[in-house]
Amino acid sequence: MPWDEALVNRLVYEAPNPAEGRVLSYPKAVNEALAIALRHDPSVFVLGQGVDDPSAMFGTTRGLKEQFGAERVFDTPLSEEAMMGVSTGAAMNGMRPVYMHNRPDFILLAMNQLVTHAAKFHFMDNGQTRVPMVVWAAIGRGWGSGAQHSQAIQGMLLGVPGLKIVMPSTPFDAKGLLLAAIEDNNPVLVFEHRWLMRKDGIVPEGFYTVPLGKGIYRRRGADLTIAGASHTLELALQAANQLAEEGIQAEVIDLRTVKPLDEAIVEESVRKTGRLLAVDTAWAAGGVCAELGCLAAEKWFKHLRGPVRRIGLPDIPAPAGYTLEQFYYPDVGRISRVIREMCAK
Amino acid sequence: MSIRYRYSGTGFTGWGDRARRYDRAFLLRLFRSMLRIRIIEEEIEKRYHEDQMKTPIHLVIGQEATSVGCCAALTDADLLYSSHRTHGNYLAKGGDLKSMLSEMFCRANGCAGSRGGSMHLIDKKVGMAGTSAIVGGAIPIATGAALAARMQKVDRVSVVFLGEAGAEEGVTSESLNFAAVKRLPVIYFCENNHYSVQSPLAPRQSPDRVVWKWAASYGMHSVPVDGTNVLAVYETAKEAVKRAREGGGPTFIEAQVYRFRAHGGAGDDSKTGYRDVAEREAWEAHCPIATYGEFLRGSGMLDAAARKQMESEILAETLAAFDHAMASPNPVEADLYRNVYAS
Repeated sequence: MPWDEALVNRLVYEAPNPAEGRVLSYPKAVNEALAIALRHDPSVFVLGQGVDDPSAMFGTTRGLKEQFGAERVFDTPLSEEAMMGVSTGAAMNGMRPVYMHNRPDFILLAMNQLVTHAAKFHFMDNGQTRVPMVVWAAIGRGWGSGAQHSQAIQGMLLGVPGLKIVMPSTPFDAKGLLLAAIEDNNPVLVFEHRWLMRKDGIVPEGFYTVPLGKGIYRRRGADLTIAGASHTLELALQAANQLAEEGIQAEVIDLRTVKPLDEAIVEESVRKTGRLLAVDTAWAAGGVCAELGCLAAEKWFKHLRGPVRRIGLPDIPAPAGYTLEQFYYPDVGRISRVIREMCAK
Repeated sequence: MSIRYRYSGTGFTGWGDRARRYDRAFLLRLFRSMLRIRIIEEEIEKRYHEDQMKTPIHLVIGQEATSVGCCAALTDADLLYSSHRTHGNYLAKGGDLKSMLSEMFCRANGCAGSRGGSMHLIDKKVGMAGTSAIVGGAIPIATGAALAARMQKVDRVSVVFLGEAGAEEGVTSESLNFAAVKRLPVIYFCENNHYSVQSPLAPRQSPDRVVWKWAASYGMHSVPVDGTNVLAVYETAKEAVKRAREGGGPTFIEAQVYRFRAHGGAGDDSKTGYRDVAEREAWEAHCPIATYGEFLRGSGMLDAAARKQMESEILAETLAAFDHAMASPNPVEADLYRNVYAS
């Protein structure tokens, strides 16, 4: 479909400088993390519909079955709830499953096992049971994916104690956060974004982790704080870089993990800038944006110089059609407009 | 009203010769284990109105033979996963009685530190591995435990108990299918007691559906068994365990049983009208403890004095465990914040 390719090719990411290290594509960074985990820890295994098929989950699982065998890298029946429970049961008994989905939409079929079982056993069994598992999915956007193949569900899961939620935005983080997630002794959701799969980055070789629950400054500035994760954070960073030419210096915080959420880094920045723009790949209501806004109102109110703003999705399901999609999703232009409004004297 | 579901088994008729294959101590152990569950639950039931056990209870009275017969075929290393009706499973698997009662009394030294209550009894030392209070919830988890055993190359069988309503959940179909595909060492033990809470089978399953035959359609071994006959249950479970250990894959067992008490709480609730009191009374004539006790008496293995002795020993143990639980400390506020995330 040519219009698909046109849309993808329109994506512009800042090219990494090879002088700074090895350049790797996003899927290859994920692939490397999985291979390292499988090599170093015999309890790690990878499952999911299509993990061993020719498209290899955007390329992230390419070659793993050949390298580590069909016992440890395997395709599954279309049984999301059972496979989430099977992963939970295996994790409760010494294994470290990485259960991969093409889209978060399919995780909704498995909410009972994820929310009511995997997230609960450690507490319910008073610490006698651990559930070290990773649930991975790539958020869709565009390509006509529409209401049932584009959902970003982190907001629904934010209020579930026992879960951790990771949302990388760079190939470096995709590798390091995934390795940290696999090492973690709790159920960890890793939400990638399909559009980031086209991004290259500097990715060190070998094993390293990026700590869960810690955000990072992507850009420093004194005029406002932008906090968020994943693809929308990437867009916000692009907007912030452009607005520097207009004299607006935004501070951009990549949360990396939305649960647990690094409150300290956002507070540090808001104390300085007095303005907070919360961005997310999901609906603005009741999710990461809402939580950041609430924290600002509850804890950082006295530092605020203006109202908190949110850029997420409107309270509308994703449309499938190309034109409607352009109205639906935030882009660099819309983010820039909001930043200008916030910083207008 | 009338009797909807009748006992269709033949009790211990013809079991005289078959039972002689086992030594007397083993046969008596099965009886004692069932009797112990009954006496403990009757004591729980007797005291429940005092409101000191602030936990929902789901008594297993009438269904003791399934837990006991099945667990007799397992080792401590084998894992048992359970539903909300946990008492029989926990005690038959060898779970600690004092820890169980402390949990029922919401004490800090309960088997789950008062996080679980009676629906989440756990004793990992003896393989009582976990439970789910969501119907069907533990089924994929036991399947995953079997997958782990396969991948770790350890000799460990997983068993999960479900009711016939568990066979109505989609996740059960999904799990059976996966276990059959992977030929996993897992046993699905279905206790068909004909009611889910107060809903009879009729609005839930077609009268033409036979649960164990449905399970067989996934490509696994599946068998029916008289759930009131502890020896029949034991032999069926033993064969399933052997199959699992030898790499022969999963087994589904459907046992016909009857719950003598309400779905939850103390006493029977047949009077409320969802089932005929006469139906319960008809099944009580096939009580697994009474019929097996009679069989042992007739075989000259258990006389009235020996049985009396057994009862008084169990009661003494039970009362001591109640005293222990009631004298145990409550949790403190700091306990609430522990073990939310694993370090």
